[in-house]
Amino acid sequence: MAYAVHFAATILACWLTAQVLAASTWTWRAPRVAIVCWQAVGLALGLSAMGLPMAAGLAAYDRPTGSALLALATDLAHGALPAGLNVIHLGLVGVGFGIGAVLLTTTVRSIHGTVRAQRRHRDLLTLVARRDPTVPGALVLDHPGAAAYCLPGVKPRVVVSAGTLSLLDRAELAAVLTHERAHAQERHDLVLLPFTALCRALPWFRWVRDAHERVALLVEMRADDKARELHAEAPLAGALRRFAAAGHRITPAGALGMGDRDLDVRVQRLLVADRPPRLIGATALAVATALVALPISLFLS
Amino acid sequence: MTRLGDLERAVMDVLWDSVPTTSPGVTVREVADALDGRELAYTTVMTVLDRLAGKGMVQREREGRAWRYRPSASREAHIAQLMLDALDLGGSRDAALVRFARSVTGTEAEVLRAALGGEAGLTGPDDGGAGLTDRVEDPRAGRPALADEATDR
Repeated sequence: MAYAVHFAATILACWLTAQVLAASTWTWRAPRVAIVCWQAVGLALGLSAMGLPMAAGLAAYDRPTGSALLALATDLAHGALPAGLNVIHLGLVGVGFGIGAVLLTTTVRSIHGTVRAQRRHRDLLTLVARRDPTVPGALVLDHPGAAAYCLPGVKPRVVVSAGTLSLLDRAELAAVLTHERAHAQERHDLVLLPFTALCRALPWFRWVRDAHERVALLVEMRADDKARELHAEAPLAGALRRFAAAGHRITPAGALGMGDRDLDVRVQRLLVADRPPRLIGATALAVATALVALPISLFLS
Repeated sequence: MTRLGDLERAVMDVLWDSVPTTSPGVTVREVADALDGRELAYTTVMTVLDRLAGKGMVQREREGRAWRYRPSASREAHIAQLMLDALDLGGSRDAALVRFARSVTGTEAEVLRAALGGEAGLTGPDDGGAGLTDRVEDPRAGRPALADEATDR
């Protein structure tokens, strides 16, 4: 039973860490560290969710989950189960594998859907987007709306709309393009993918959606940081403000919700030049490592 | 962009720019003639049109021994679709794109959806051309249907 308690404790620790991560603002100054922490929480949570019912079912073996699973497989092959292991226990082990299967299939389905949507988008871009000398390396969509985005992949595409070209001045445009290229280079789509998949698997949990939104915001901040390294803060903040204003003009109040507030937060953090919090960052990374190490060590021993 | 992508684009440009919206479509020969400057082999144009049909970008109908091709949607409708994706209004739950910032005016979203709403009537083989011109000239044509759709959600 001790191993099940270990998994339960890991789940509790994950939940607490997520609460702290969601509430702290140091994450805005060190988005990359915070992203790694969120990924660690997600991984540890997934593994523990599988491990908890398995460990409870395998309590009779009194061994770490990994070797207990091996022992169970051997016993099942010989058709002789140890005393104290009944159908309920086997059912619990099954539940553990079931959770793992659900997590895996949702991720695979999410990847499949994403790749298909991206291929379709790429095909359409090939047909209707044009190159423009004012934005080398990017594609332009002839539409008055303001949009700037990255189609990720092995050969990523950075796309801006004609509306964006007229909305931003040269320096702002350059900053936005660097921001999008950062998304492409660091494969932020892959960073977001497990969280999107988790949202699909557990759509009714509010904190899962919260985690997804947090990570999405951190990814934007990371790309903002890359853009401000190359250009100054001012053009990027200007571009963000113009985007926010373009949205405000006609939209009824509150219609943008989260996205709106995120824009404000991103502008604010660009205006305050803070040093990255090294001590907190190191502590957070240590906690994250411990979180992941606990379930993995139980599965491997 | 790949060479094949270039060809597909050139062929679609011909279909969009030189095919009257009321015509039943053009033959491979006519497309090849319109692309005269590129000196493409007839079979190359046929392959490209075949690929485009496979992707659902063009529709074809058999007429006698030849196929007639026409675009399945206007250039503007495709751009509207891309913008809906770009502004995260496409209804997809997958993170296919990474955006700079979400900034959408209500009107914009409405116009974009209306541009696609008009497409529903476009897919029919008969009245395709008429619907297409309507949609481009008057984006409000598709709006009533859009309002219904919005309340349904």
